[in-house]
Amino acid sequence: MDETVAEFIKRIILKIPMTEMMTILKTWDFLSEHQLQTINFRQRKEALMHNLVLFCEEKCASLNDAASLDIIYTQVFRHQKLWDVFKMSKKTGRDPDPFDEDHFKRSFMKVLRRALQNVTVSFRDGEENAMWIRIAWGTHNTKPNQYKATYMVYYPQTPYVFISFSRLKRNLPLLSQVFETHNSTSPLQERSLWLNTNMDLRIIHENQLEKERVLKVTQETFGDYPQPRLEFAQYQLETKFKSNFGTSILADREEPLRCLIKFSSPHLMEALKSLAPAGIADAPLSPLLTCIPNKGMNYFKIRDK
Amino acid sequence: MSVLRPLDKLPQLNTATILLVSTEEAILQQLADKMLREDCSSQLLVHLATSLPLPSNVTRPQIDLIVFVVSLHSKHSLQNVQESLCHVDARFFLGRVCFLATGAGQESHCSVHHHTILKLACTYQSPLLFTDLKTEGFLVAMAQRLVRMLQICAGHTPGVSALSLLSLQSSEIPSLEDL
Repeated sequence: MDETVAEFIKRIILKIPMTEMMTILKTWDFLSEHQLQTINFRQRKEALMHNLVLFCEEKCASLNDAASLDIIYTQVFRHQKLWDVFKMSKKTGRDPDPFDEDHFKRSFMKVLRRALQNVTVSFRDGEENAMWIRIAWGTHNTKPNQYKATYMVYYPQTPYVFISFSRLKRNLPLLSQVFETHNSTSPLQERSLWLNTNMDLRIIHENQLEKERVLKVTQETFGDYPQPRLEFAQYQLETKFKSNFGTSILADREEPLRCLIKFSSPHLMEALKSLAPAGIADAPLSPLLTCIPNKGMNYFKIRDK
Repeated sequence: MSVLRPLDKLPQLNTATILLVSTEEAILQQLADKMLREDCSSQLLVHLATSLPLPSNVTRPQIDLIVFVVSLHSKHSLQNVQESLCHVDARFFLGRVCFLATGAGQESHCSVHHHTILKLACTYQSPLLFTDLKTEGFLVAMAQRLVRMLQICAGHTPGVSALSLLSLQSSEIPSLEDL
């Protein structure tokens, strides 16, 4: 058994109070019945710890077994941690697909491993169908730090997930790609895009807030339903030239300037709706464009008031 | 702290970070995907932004290379880049900034004049690369090139620095005679 694993198990055992020791060891289900029966709970904790570590060595405990024990400890003493709640929102209105546990576990590992090779990920079922996930973070060059792991509790049939954050700030950008964190007072936040397997955690979107604002404004302006089918809109301008630069030849001109702008498209309203999300225009769009369905007209004459 | 400064943080071991700036995020996403598929001995991180300044409440690693992508079909895209450039410290322009101009192939759709973009790159003394990011082959080629540039800017290539790369790329930097 690895020295680091032994040390890790020792530290977990030291944390467990004697009253819970047997329950936790039984839940762990790693040591044999015989070993459990031979434990003397009257001895001092240190001596007990040494015995237990010897038992673990006999059974060749691996890092995954130790991680399992760590999850169980956290499940019992969950109140010792600070948890944040996240609510995921699905983009389309379709019914949720039946939850495939193995597929989920594999996708999760794949997405994390793609970004960071040195992570230890462990899963364990909890009560009420909850899935507990433990992630120990390492870097490109260092082994995962088992003492500062992050825990996640996911309820698959619901859009909620609980996360306990570790002090390792470095990993926050990585994990926040999956759930964006804000420094807000209310812990419930709405996030979309939970675990798309094509997601790469090495790509970081800086302006996520702005993107969401744009989507929100677009949704408020255009609604969720398909847009009315329109093929062109025409704007006839007859206004005087307005200039901020004092007098010029154009500013002095008495006659209004005449100008014709025609927009044409196989589906004009959908095209206008997609302008802001595609980054081609700012949101909100000009009311001259967005008023078309409201006013029910697509020929406009714009004159000076 | 809204100005991006080069070499202002402790670099992480073997990590290189690139910042891609453009109003059209879909293209940046594709470019980022292709870059990450490249075989590279360094650990790459790609940050995508629509404009600068970047949100200040997030910790991010040191940025080694900034690439501004301008679509010649959109004045909005050019204006966005021009405004973002104000938030970049002058020392970035010693080989850690690059301009990418897309859409030059379709003359009829171009609303940004060739001259304008050349002048921008000349003012900032940084290489200007014309490319077509919609074709798979060109996209992959540009991704490969950016990965190599990024490795040099992050100091992962022995013997070549960002500044020496800049002088090697002098043919890509428009000079006053071109204008």
